[in-house]
Amino acid sequence: MPAPALRRLLDEIGPVDATGVEERVAKYATRSIKKKSKIFGLKLAVSMVDLTTLEGKDTAGKVASLCQKALRPHDAGDVPQVAAVCVYPAMVKHAAKHVKGTGVRIASVATAFPSGQAPLRTRLAEVKQAVADGADEIDMVINRGAFLSGSFAEMQDEIAAVVEACGEATLKVILETSELETYDNIRAASFLSMRVIRPGDFIKTSTGKTSANATLGNQQVMLDAIRDFYLQTGTEIAMKPAGGIKTAKQALQFLIAVKETLGDRWLNNSRYRFGASSLLNDLLRQLETQRTGAYQAPWTFTEDSGGY
Amino acid sequence: MPAKSPRSKSQARELLFGDLWEFDPAPESAPAFIDDRYRLFIDGKHSAPRSKKYFDSISPRDGKKLAEIPVANAADVDAAYQAAAKAFKSWSKLPGAERGKYLFRIARLLQDRSREFAVAETLDGGKPIKESRDFDLPMAAAHFFYHAGWADKLDYVAPGRRLNPLGVIGQVIPWNFPLLMLAWKIAPALATGNTVVLKPAETTSITALKFATLLEQAGLPPGVVNIVTGAGETGAAVVNHPLAAKIAFTGSTEVGKIIQRSLAGTGKKLTLELGGKAANIVFDDAPLDQAVEGIINGIFFNQGHVCCAGSRLLVQEGIETEIIARLKRRLATLRTGDPLDKNTDIGAINSAEQLGRIRELVQSGIDEGAEIHQSSCQLPKQGFYHAPTLFTGVAQSHRIAREEIFGPVLSIMSFRTPEEAIEKANNTCYGLSAGVWTDKGSKILMMASRLKAGVVWANTYNKFDPSSPFGGYKESGFGREGGKHGLLDYASLAPLDITR
Repeated sequence: MPAPALRRLLDEIGPVDATGVEERVAKYATRSIKKKSKIFGLKLAVSMVDLTTLEGKDTAGKVASLCQKALRPHDAGDVPQVAAVCVYPAMVKHAAKHVKGTGVRIASVATAFPSGQAPLRTRLAEVKQAVADGADEIDMVINRGAFLSGSFAEMQDEIAAVVEACGEATLKVILETSELETYDNIRAASFLSMRVIRPGDFIKTSTGKTSANATLGNQQVMLDAIRDFYLQTGTEIAMKPAGGIKTAKQALQFLIAVKETLGDRWLNNSRYRFGASSLLNDLLRQLETQRTGAYQAPWTFTEDSGGY
Repeated sequence: MPAKSPRSKSQARELLFGDLWEFDPAPESAPAFIDDRYRLFIDGKHSAPRSKKYFDSISPRDGKKLAEIPVANAADVDAAYQAAAKAFKSWSKLPGAERGKYLFRIARLLQDRSREFAVAETLDGGKPIKESRDFDLPMAAAHFFYHAGWADKLDYVAPGRRLNPLGVIGQVIPWNFPLLMLAWKIAPALATGNTVVLKPAETTSITALKFATLLEQAGLPPGVVNIVTGAGETGAAVVNHPLAAKIAFTGSTEVGKIIQRSLAGTGKKLTLELGGKAANIVFDDAPLDQAVEGIINGIFFNQGHVCCAGSRLLVQEGIETEIIARLKRRLATLRTGDPLDKNTDIGAINSAEQLGRIRELVQSGIDEGAEIHQSSCQLPKQGFYHAPTLFTGVAQSHRIAREEIFGPVLSIMSFRTPEEAIEKANNTCYGLSAGVWTDKGSKILMMASRLKAGVVWANTYNKFDPSSPFGGYKESGFGREGGKHGLLDYASLAPLDITR
């Protein structure tokens, strides 16, 4: 009897020890980032934000306001624009009016986000429509059911079909780590995804719609996988943690993990993104503190993004 | 369109750990409150040494003088023992709950003053501030808390037996974990009703002498703990004093042997915690990244100044190349430098003498034909520093595979079968600790039962807890510290007196 698919895959790519991962990432949290290095890190983080609104109550007006925030996060100081706005497919055409040609990209969650529980044909049609409406990037969810039942080929075929539907658009593959549960599963799903996507495409932790989202631990497992895959194949895959990163302090810890695991070539927004919304204002607040020497009141910063 | 990979595939695939985002210095600024000149702590009083002599304590961080430390001569040591013997009469009769109160108080005071002690420990010993702050101080407090809890429960350590204190304990401790080793020694001794004469290591006396002020704050009765400082002669006076009921020593195997010889026939009890040359064994089914992290932690923790350091890496042949590549990559992100900087991973070597010894052994490794690899980190110009070092192609017969280096130097060897791993791991005069890395639980249990080592860590390394006994086999010493076993080494067993 052949071994189960996950066993065979783990034999090939190697297992993960949970205690060891958590011990490793605890060290990132002890790094002390001061002065110039702090400002550099905060600005880098701003430039990596996928400013997100994913709510049932989103409107064209809400998206317009989000786009303005993305283009000009703050009046004072030398703050870069964010990497992208991230919206539902129905909102892509509204976003396009404001950010097309500005350097801020439009990302859209497609494939029956967040559950992915729609027929494949429907999901692909959704991707194609979003791209046709102007999406530069597509954030898809994997078929967790297929993965957990060991139907790896089904999961990979679906990703490959989405890659094709993307055309020129960059793809981000959401593993939804909280539903995969174990670090072994996260590593396995990372490898399965990376084998069917293109250089510069992303793997992404989560939808932000479940109770547990990006953690330093599951990011570490994915960064290790990206590193191993790069060293084996030469293909550079990008990384996007999403959900639950709300403070500048957290963002810097996530970036330190990138610096110490993947090195300098991943410290830019074509190789790394934050899926976040409230994070942006905390980054701005810390930058203003560095610039002015005092904490500014929360109302100093414009609120133009929804919860994520 | 996905961003194009900026480098073509023709370039050799390696990650770039450069200076795109360099960290600014982040020095710990809390004051350490170190005196210019210290006095001995005898019978609850700070007294000048009868020898009238002092020596300089040097900070390995920059080679500069930190303080003057008194030299205790035989008369000072005798005064300390007389005070301890006098204090023993009442201390040993004190109800356990009362002794426990003092220990709880010491533990809480250590927590209160932990930042000050951590900075002092780093200045005096050279270890990174993040280790003294996150490991040494919390662990030292934990040892006092743990033993405070035992003080009134000694009737339950051994069923039907009572633990009687031994008397005055002479304790000599090393320089690698000055305050933590002090806690390991003093806490169980006091919990079981003994009194103490303690000598810290010559190069790291400051936190022990600061600890004396903490004992005053705790209101510990005079004479229960006496601290005498000095070099080998002071140590000999502590060990050979006729009032000592027991000697507890942590340090080199060489000195341990001298102590054991001099104690022969005296009836004094003895525990020794000596050197080690631990094997860290990695099987091909291990979680590699976590194993690499454990190997790094096992050898570079505290600059490798750890008696249980995993200084011999045994890797299964099929993954040797892969593990070495991963180790080198990890080495590139380790930060060696000023121990006071909060981002420093590897600090200063404890003394010029120790640095010389490490260099001598590293040279022997090169001379004997092993291949050396060091990261390209910039070391500070002043002070005592050594780059983290890997040796590949090491043979069992090389000096770097047999002798304890006590520095940031890892010797890498390979094995083919579990049997060979066990044979190589046990092929040493030491037997303090070992590590096993595998995804298979049954292999862990098999290895643990066959490795001749006091502690075997599985899929982790350098983990300590006050409730877990620590100690070695063979030339790594005897006796245990921590847990119930540790208590028993500070007591004699008597029938339980149920009328009491």
